[in-house]
Amino acid sequence: MPLFDYSLLLTGKYHDMLLGGLVLSLQLLAASLVLALPLALAVALLRLAPVAPLRWLGFAYVEGIRNVPLLAHMLFWYFGAPELLPDAAKQWLYDSGKAEAASAVAALTLYTAAYMAEDIRSGIRAIPTVQMEAGRALGFGFLATMRRVILPQALRVTVPPLISQTLNLWKNTSIATVIGVAEMMYQAAQVESATFRSVEAFTFASAAYLTVSLLITGLASWYQHRYPVRTAAA
Amino acid sequence: MTELIDTYWLYFLGGQFPGGPLGGLALTLVLAAAGLLLALPLGVLFGLARVSPWRWVRWPVTALVFVVRGTPLLMVVFWAYFFLPSVTGVKTGQFATMLIALVVFDAAYLAEIVRAGIQGLPRGQLECARALGLSYPRAMRSVVLPQALRSMLPSLVNQFVSTIKETSLGYIIGLAEVSFIATQINTQVFTKPAEVFGILGLTYFVLCFGLSRLAYALERRLARRGSTPLRTTTATP
Repeated sequence: MPLFDYSLLLTGKYHDMLLGGLVLSLQLLAASLVLALPLALAVALLRLAPVAPLRWLGFAYVEGIRNVPLLAHMLFWYFGAPELLPDAAKQWLYDSGKAEAASAVAALTLYTAAYMAEDIRSGIRAIPTVQMEAGRALGFGFLATMRRVILPQALRVTVPPLISQTLNLWKNTSIATVIGVAEMMYQAAQVESATFRSVEAFTFASAAYLTVSLLITGLASWYQHRYPVRTAAA
Repeated sequence: MTELIDTYWLYFLGGQFPGGPLGGLALTLVLAAAGLLLALPLGVLFGLARVSPWRWVRWPVTALVFVVRGTPLLMVVFWAYFFLPSVTGVKTGQFATMLIALVVFDAAYLAEIVRAGIQGLPRGQLECARALGLSYPRAMRSVVLPQALRSMLPSLVNQFVSTIKETSLGYIIGLAEVSFIATQINTQVFTKPAEVFGILGLTYFVLCFGLSRLAYALERRLARRGSTPLRTTTATP
């Protein structure tokens, strides 16, 4: 038996399993990212809303989500939440065979949105308040001022922290393995237990995680280089 | 709900403790505290290496920090779980495995906190100490680090919150910390998953929210003290 069996990783059944895991991990990343961004924006706006109860709601969301580990979120959405659904919906969820992936995406989306909301909020707060006042004075409502004046400036400042949250999201997709989503970590463990080739399986998974992480980090530094934050004259 | 708490509160808080090994919430706290305490000296060393003037110290540690920060903690746990026994030849328990993974992982993150703390100080501090004839290690130890570590205190409390959340991954290797215990309770009760995992979430929330409020208060207190005339001459550029 060779010390490090490359052929296991390059062809055959185990290669397919690992690659399938990588693809599913990337799908989890994409689905959660697409859902989390608008939610994060909504929560950030809630936290800055001119009405106090809305601000409290935003605060409760962010703190409630961030102070509980993602693993506990996953367990809740997979084991707990379906019990709260009506019977028909529950049946449909389990029949579809996507219950695991749906729970994982729900947990990842809500968790990531809480972190991204804080980044968007601090981006918005970096815009001088006179901009909001000027917009309101010109007769725009709160939301219209946000959309036409504040957000176009704020989102530019927010992109680098959002990319770094995307990196966290990428690493967090690995936790979906606890509820049996067949993503990369799960497949690596499967291959390990089937072949006892733990070095090969985990090297593949580590290298894949690291490569995507480095790509995301590279994207962040490219963006910062290409679109430097202009300290706008207020 | 009350019946659930009445029956299982002791198991939830301490695992099988009086009759068996410690588990539950107590184990979560012990693991998080031990992990952070052991990671701290390593994190300071790594942080110093990251700003070291010697390339052969800086580069390997930088590479290590990048690799650890680019991989999920779960991956580190798996490596520790499958490789420690084959490297050391001794069967490592779940607690030791998780502790080692946490120490390595946290040290890489603490290194960045330490580096930011050191680089946040004005360069004049180090230059001044060197000009006064202190060697580089001595200047770091007596002048730069004491100031940098002080400003890091809130970040450290936040890192403790992260560590508490990270201990939940012990669940995967069967360590009897609080998430694992909650799943055990869920299997025994069977009919109330939403309640069981709701209580689990609430427990983490109370713990972590309390600690992050503490970090916030510390930050404000440091900021207030930092604005006295004496501090402004030493700590702001």
